[in-house]
Amino acid sequence: MSGDNLVEFQNVSFAYGKRPILKGINMTVPRGKVVAIMGGSGCGKTTILRLIGGQIKASEGQVVVDGKAVHELDAAALYHLRRRMGMLFQFGALFTDMSVFDNVAFQMREHTDLPEGVIRDLVLMKLHAVGLRGARDLMPSELSGGMARRVALARAVALDPMLIMYDEPFTGLDPISLGVIGNQIRRLNDALGATSVVVTHDVHESLEKVDYVYFVSDGVIVAHGTPEEMRASDKPFVHQFVHGEEDGPVPFHYPAVAYGADLRLGATNA
Amino acid sequence: MPSRIVKAVRRVGARVVDGVWRLGVASRFLLLTLAYSGTSFRRFHLVIKEIFSSGVLSLIIILVSGLFVGMVLGLQGYNTLQRYGSAESLGVLVALSLVRELGPVVAALLFAGRAGSAITAEIGLMKATEQLSAMEMMAINPIARVVAPRFWAGVISMPLLAAMFSAIGVFGGYLVGVKLIGVDEGAFWSQMQAAVDFHQDIVNGVIKSFVFGAAVTAIALFEGYDASPTAEGVSRATTRTVVTSSLAILALDFVLTAFMFRGEG
Repeated sequence: MSGDNLVEFQNVSFAYGKRPILKGINMTVPRGKVVAIMGGSGCGKTTILRLIGGQIKASEGQVVVDGKAVHELDAAALYHLRRRMGMLFQFGALFTDMSVFDNVAFQMREHTDLPEGVIRDLVLMKLHAVGLRGARDLMPSELSGGMARRVALARAVALDPMLIMYDEPFTGLDPISLGVIGNQIRRLNDALGATSVVVTHDVHESLEKVDYVYFVSDGVIVAHGTPEEMRASDKPFVHQFVHGEEDGPVPFHYPAVAYGADLRLGATNA
Repeated sequence: MPSRIVKAVRRVGARVVDGVWRLGVASRFLLLTLAYSGTSFRRFHLVIKEIFSSGVLSLIIILVSGLFVGMVLGLQGYNTLQRYGSAESLGVLVALSLVRELGPVVAALLFAGRAGSAITAEIGLMKATEQLSAMEMMAINPIARVVAPRFWAGVISMPLLAAMFSAIGVFGGYLVGVKLIGVDEGAFWSQMQAAVDFHQDIVNGVIKSFVFGAAVTAIALFEGYDASPTAEGVSRATTRTVVTSSLAILALDFVLTAFMFRGEG
């Protein structure tokens, strides 16, 4: 593999029990770039992040992160790799029994022997970067959805990771918070010299901010390219997704028997 | 017809296999908890924090219940004993009932309802809100950081709570027996002192409460960790914690009692 790619999926399949989620995914995430993985709800996007983090193992193929095949690592090596990853969970996943400050300080205290004074400065710098230095003493229950997401972002980058993963970072945010998070993703990536993978179904925000897009549908990659290429794409799925059309390759109706038969119209006529 | 029988057998079989499977998962969970307990002792403040939330916060319910149980023992015991003219033995009856049985058992049942359910709900919600997942992604083992400290906190708190339950229960018996009914105070205390044996009664009671504490906390932690990550899943897990640990306490009590007090007459 080339050293320019931080993450590589080589023909990766994954199934929960007998239910296939991913079927032969090939994908690369170049160093320093922000890559979006898009698709409808429940199409296996989050599974991709869990594969990168080694929380689940591919049933076929391999996931390579920073030159190492994730599924071959033992627990210690996997934990070592994870220390260099940051992940923003869908709803933040802040520790509810700790203040904002302690949430951001958590990994520093667990993984380093830094004196408390240094940790304090580092935490305040991270919080300042997301604009929440003043909120350090609040508890997660006192934060709005957008603020919680920003604290989680500060926590995800607490140890200056090489890879930042975002699981639906835009879900459930008002337009202002949404724009703030979108800008933060780009800015943090470039400032830290990191690489980012954003799993999302928000087309407009992500097409503006990312370098490359993969479209996933039904467990396979149906299209990929730069945002400009995707906007101009005439592939039916991409067109439907980018323009938010109701019907298309992704049908509006859940599979069912014919409408007339279901309402027993045939029976009355006969 | 035969197909219905086959189905029924199959269902029973599936239940049994399921149960055995779950028991295996639970045992593995307990072993992992023990294996990853190093952190709890290296950073004992993590355990102390949990002793506060499951032990100290259970104090009120334990003390109030203990007082009332002791008072009821005083009333009932006096009623029976005075018929045989041995009302002075009231102290013995109250103390032995509490130290041997009621203290460890009732305190453990209350602990399961108060602290066990709270532990399950907390861990279940941490799972549902992806906090445990987040911890894993930060390369921090949730069993070492979240589960083990709670386990040891329960194991440490339970004997202390049971001891306090017994102590205040004896005081409740004293209030009713001596102060209210008028049993001779000297006889009440001196007979108690003579009849309660440190090894036979108190140490065995403490052993019981250690075992109950470990059982309740382990069940509560496992149910929380194993809960399906939804509101319904967490509520069902909480119920299961209270039911399973109550049954476990009573069953273990029988087994332990059979071993401890056999041959005593």
